Amino acid sequence: MDFSLTPDQRLLQDSLARTLAEVSPLERVRRFADDPTDKAADVWRALSEFGLAGLAVPEGSGGLGLGLLDAALASETLGQAVAPVPFLGVVLAPLALMHGGSEAQRAEWLPKLASGEVLAAAAISEPIAGARDGAGVVAEGGRLSGKAMFVPGGLAAGLLLVADVAGHVHLVRGDAEGLARSFMPSIDPTRRLAELGFDAVAAEPLAGGPQLLARLRDAAWVILAADTLGAAQAMLDKAVAYAQERRQFGRVIGSFQAVKHLCAEMAAELEPARALVWYAAYAFDHAPDDASLMAAHAKAHLSEIGRFIARTATEVHGGVGMTDLLGLHYWFKRIGVNRQLLGGPEKVREYAARVQGLVEV
Amino acid sequence: MDLTLTPEMARFRDEVRSFLDAHRDDHAHGAPKDVRAWQALLIANGYAARTIPKDYGGYGAEPDILKARIIAEEFIRAGAPRGIANQGVSMLVPTLLEVGSEEQKRRWIGPTLRGEIVWCQGYSEPGAGSDLASLQTRAVEDGDDFLISGSKLWTSTAQFADMMFCLVRTEPQAAKHEGISYVLIPMDTPGIEVRPLKTMTGQAEFNEVFFTDVRVPQANVVGGRGRGWFVANTTLKHERGMLGDPNATEARLGSLIELLTTETVDGERLIDNPVFRDRLMQLQARVFAMKFNGLRLLTAAVSGEPAGLAGLVVKLQGCELNHQIAALAIDALGEAGILYQDGPHLRAKGAWQRNYMFDLGLIIGGGTAQIQKNIIAERGLGLPREPSPAKA
Repeated sequence: MDFSLTPDQRLLQDSLARTLAEVSPLERVRRFADDPTDKAADVWRALSEFGLAGLAVPEGSGGLGLGLLDAALASETLGQAVAPVPFLGVVLAPLALMHGGSEAQRAEWLPKLASGEVLAAAAISEPIAGARDGAGVVAEGGRLSGKAMFVPGGLAAGLLLVADVAGHVHLVRGDAEGLARSFMPSIDPTRRLAELGFDAVAAEPLAGGPQLLARLRDAAWVILAADTLGAAQAMLDKAVAYAQERRQFGRVIGSFQAVKHLCAEMAAELEPARALVWYAAYAFDHAPDDASLMAAHAKAHLSEIGRFIARTATEVHGGVGMTDLLGLHYWFKRIGVNRQLLGGPEKVREYAARVQGLVEV
Repeated sequence: MDLTLTPEMARFRDEVRSFLDAHRDDHAHGAPKDVRAWQALLIANGYAARTIPKDYGGYGAEPDILKARIIAEEFIRAGAPRGIANQGVSMLVPTLLEVGSEEQKRRWIGPTLRGEIVWCQGYSEPGAGSDLASLQTRAVEDGDDFLISGSKLWTSTAQFADMMFCLVRTEPQAAKHEGISYVLIPMDTPGIEVRPLKTMTGQAEFNEVFFTDVRVPQANVVGGRGRGWFVANTTLKHERGMLGDPNATEARLGSLIELLTTETVDGERLIDNPVFRDRLMQLQARVFAMKFNGLRLLTAAVSGEPAGLAGLVVKLQGCELNHQIAALAIDALGEAGILYQDGPHLRAKGAWQRNYMFDLGLIIGGGTAQIQKNIIAERGLGLPREPSPAKA
């Protein structure tokens, strides 16, 4: 039994972090955040060369063929750097194609996903988190109609996974006729959300039905939890560093227990949560009986402690923590969005209770 | 990461399972019929005192953290009681194994493991709580003996303990941390008075112990004279591991789920209340986080890597979680949650209420939550210590 990361996994995180520090430092994130025409194509290109785009694509199709734990570790590193990269599609599209795609669909899309030539996004919010404002997509005769909201990376995606209201997943080409996209400004300027309109859009159904959607949901919950883990770790690190250098009353503020204990509380929440995310990701590939429950717990729990760390780390910085100039707010907002996307913690915990038979049906 | 069991480990797990199946009648509701007989059976089979050498009364197996983990898990699964885990077994024995003399090991470890000698811990004093090193109970040389005078506080089991492992000041001139010795004191020595200390639970889980010229051989010092602070830190390390034990927390959560799914009010199960269900799920996520954190620590221990922050947070988080689990049980029971002591409507013989109160004591004891936060911040995050106030 071994509950630890392999040297390869540590290397993946370290080298991804180094690449991000080079191609996507905070100034670069800020430019992306401030300019809606900036697509961060340079960042995506560099990360594709790194192998990120093909992380979950099988080796035979030009990818790295890695599992969800590796993907979660990459997601953690992206969250740590608030990288302007829509990562969910990178993980979910190969998964969907491998589980529900035909030979032809795999042959067409997997190599393009692996090279980074095609970006994918998943429009799966409504059947998972609930539909509002008349959203929801209906499939009829191989065509999709309706609208899907809260789609990370949906503005630029060349391939869309779309879940209909019955929980079936479809492939839609980015250039399909009748597909309309609009930007949904959110609190998080580091990743853009789209609203997609479907007017009898041609779609190819994937096999697997709602079970495929359930797998995509579990994977997405783990990836979002891991992004929060990384973002929260970055906020804690920044708070500790600030507490060691900022002086008031003739002492560094980190020597005051009032401040020191806030830092300890953040670490005490975060460290065990790391093990929960690891296990949830591991279970997705290796412990099927635990997979859905642990994905839900990881998503909900990281949402809760992420919120606590986001506000507490900001408080440790005092007034400067609120400023745009410092940029701490990018992490704060990213954690906030991860919390709500694909179901807030209350919704996800209800699912966790149901999956273990605690709710009478 | 690979959590599958090797064939050897799977075989070992099956062995533990068959043992527990075969001895189902020796215990009921998590308590053995005969504590010492159960302990003897566990030692003979290697499920208690597993890695303690045979010469000292243990089972004598090579340390194997995975097997230890399998034993713990299977006992939880079967709802079977573990062996004796009092302060003698959990704290004194590991300390003697680490720093005791050969004679001390042979004399004390075996009877302690068998439950023949019960120990209490004499650390805290009225004036030395979080600042334990300022303790004032003094031991004055008198020939080959010490004469010990002073008092100890929060001494659980002192009223029926045979022996105490105790911190006393032997070198009053030395610096605060360097004048302390760790000494073993027979509780029937003249000059010792034990007064029960009743707590909010209504029971006397603790005592005050008073010493007046208590004569103890100098040979009873463990780990060398003046070295007591370092010996005690060895012991405290074991105590903190015991206080945040995720296995115990997981077992408690299991009882809570059972309560919420079987108990009804207005004909509805407590779990059918969405607020309680949501709180339960929040706690379950935390229990899993601590469980996997424990597996991570285990792996680190096997490979000889430092535990780091993951280890430093266990006592703080684990004790708080236990308290929250009891709180939810009481809240969900509603008015039945306020019953106590005895009566036909009392659930679990009042264990939830008692745990709720006693767990607060465990949040405070063994290094308060605030001291734990200092440790996490200073040793784990590298934040500076609070500067000492200028000497007046």
